[in-house]
Amino acid sequence: MDSDDEINSVQSSEDDFMDDEDSLGEDFDAVEEPDDFGFSQDKDIKPRKQAYEVDFKVWGPGQIQDQQDKQVEEVSAVIGQPTESTAILLRHARWNKERLIESYMDKRDEVLESSGLSEDKEGSASITKADDFMCDICCEDGKDLDTFAMKCGHRFCVNCYRTYLASKIRDEGEAARIKCPGEGCERIVDSKSLKLLVTEDLKDRYHELLTRTYVDDMNNLKWCPAPDCTYAVECGVKQKDLTKIVPTVTCSCGHHFCFGCSLNDHQPAPCMLVKKWMKKCEDDSETANWISANTKECPKCHSTIEKNGGCNHMTCRKCRHEFCWMCMGVWSEHGTSWYNCNRYEEKSGSDARDAQAKSRQSLERYLHYYNRYANHEQSAKLDKDIYLKTEKKMTQLQSSSNMSWIEVQFLQEASQALQQCRQTLKWTYAFAYYLARNNLTEIFEDNQKDLEMAVENLSEMFEKSTDQLAGLKVEMLDKTSYCKRRRIILLNDTAENLKSGMILIIPNS
Amino acid sequence: MANRKRIVKELSDVTRSPPPGTRVQLLDESDVHIWEVLMDGPPESVYVGGHFKIKVTLPTDYPFKPPLLSFTTKIYHPNVSNDDKGSMCLGMLRSDEWKPANRISAAIEMARNLLIAPNADDAVEVSIADQFKNDRAEFEKIAKDWTKRYAGKA
Ligand SMILES: [Zn+2]
Ligand SMILES: [Zn+2]
Ligand SMILES: [Zn+2]
Ligand SMILES: [Zn+2]
Repeated sequence: MDSDDEINSVQSSEDDFMDDEDSLGEDFDAVEEPDDFGFSQDKDIKPRKQAYEVDFKVWGPGQIQDQQDKQVEEVSAVIGQPTESTAILLRHARWNKERLIESYMDKRDEVLESSGLSEDKEGSASITKADDFMCDICCEDGKDLDTFAMKCGHRFCVNCYRTYLASKIRDEGEAARIKCPGEGCERIVDSKSLKLLVTEDLKDRYHELLTRTYVDDMNNLKWCPAPDCTYAVECGVKQKDLTKIVPTVTCSCGHHFCFGCSLNDHQPAPCMLVKKWMKKCEDDSETANWISANTKECPKCHSTIEKNGGCNHMTCRKCRHEFCWMCMGVWSEHGTSWYNCNRYEEKSGSDARDAQAKSRQSLERYLHYYNRYANHEQSAKLDKDIYLKTEKKMTQLQSSSNMSWIEVQFLQEASQALQQCRQTLKWTYAFAYYLARNNLTEIFEDNQKDLEMAVENLSEMFEKSTDQLAGLKVEMLDKTSYCKRRRIILLNDTAENLKSGMILIIPNS
Repeated sequence: MANRKRIVKELSDVTRSPPPGTRVQLLDESDVHIWEVLMDGPPESVYVGGHFKIKVTLPTDYPFKPPLLSFTTKIYHPNVSNDDKGSMCLGMLRSDEWKPANRISAAIEMARNLLIAPNADDAVEVSIADQFKNDRAEFEKIAKDWTKRYAGKA
């Protein structure tokens, strides 16, 4: 019930949110058992939390199992069922302890029955031979065929039942809620039946999946989406808070992701805008494709120019014209107060009287943001490529000269900062597309511009030759920390305004 | 192959009593895993008068995995992908909803029912679904036009 409420009320009111902010803290503390898992010290080491950061905790596979066992023991003591059966009941109740205990006290037999635990023997899980039987799955028949059926009476040969369960467990990763193979039957294959039927080689996988469902069923737990990562992250941010908070968490494996939607870090844009934006980009991909292409013409001499680094400061090889890759404007204007590459200039209303002009205008507006969004994504990739090349050269340099490994570390740090800042910038454009104009948007755009300039300045340094780079260490370190600072300022400002409801979203854009 | 018995039985059942308005045959007599369904546009649908070919491909682990349905005749429909595959994948045709006890004839019947009543809420072609919901007249016009153009011959 709780979880339904949460999903339905994504558009919560201001008051709602404030209430929840309080309970968020409580929820979080409640699960934090002192000294149990050795996390308590971490808090002291962490620097003071920024406005855009949320509290979270990373759990390893063993700890998740412990957490699960603890809950089972707790409930087992209350309802007086053995732990094995309690685990089945809890899984069936999607780990909602309170609801399970309540309904168990209320209608014990019904609860046991629906989890496949009812005590009367009749028709319950056992492998038998049946007369006059034809398996509906393989169409084999015969008296000697081993068959199996749950209480629903949908009887199949054991081979088919096994193949079915194996394909669910192995291919689809199902465990706790596999349905009876019978046509239209909703009955869940209970753990006892599974125990009877699942073959040895699948048992490990089956138990692993049961742990998976535990995390999936808990609203405050999420798996780290990084490939092969086995950690889960706990965070108290609720579904309905997601319009006001962008809960980015960092797994122990190093992956940054959004606790709300499990996508890669998309700060400062809230989840629902990210979803909307990605849908829009998908729908409009053909229109926008030409924009993100890797080659363009020099705005002056029209010779083809290819972009091979992340930096947007372009110089035409032929005519030496310097321009900005994003807006194709003269670059010299970008370093000054004239800079407005990030801002979309709304055309005056009189231009857009007829429908066609309006639709062209709305496309232009979209392309303005899309262009910059896609460009930062692309540039982040190019930045990385160029860094990897540089790193290789630096390693060579290091072995031929006397530079230590530590001395080239600044490059890696700069590269990581660039990646992260471009990631943020990318999403500022998706975000800005949905922003209604008010005085805060100007501040947002100023922050965006400052970060963007900082990033381009740092990015440009990567295009220097290797021997030059060694001498630029101090400057590069400076620029790196400046980028990081600008990013934090932007994220903090935006997070605060989002939280207080000062940032307005254009309805139905 | 373990599933051969089942497939052969299904095939003989469905050739003997096919779902209304359809005929079923093997595309190639030597391969029981590829069926061809000839479906008349249902009289109560906008596809009336059309003759549609649907290719049914049975995966090697059929019936534990669902059959694949694809319209080889071009059709304007929110639940059929508007590409060279013409695939239909919803409801029982999804692997998480498919039950090994389900029959291909039920899948064919579902496809036929979708011609009568498209499911715009679970569409592959979102723009066709939008049109179906918001501009039914235009949807019907195009669907009829395509039927005439691509599904005219039996
Ligand atoms: Zn069987
Ligand atoms: Zn059943
Ligand atoms: Zn991880
Ligand atoms: Zn998110």
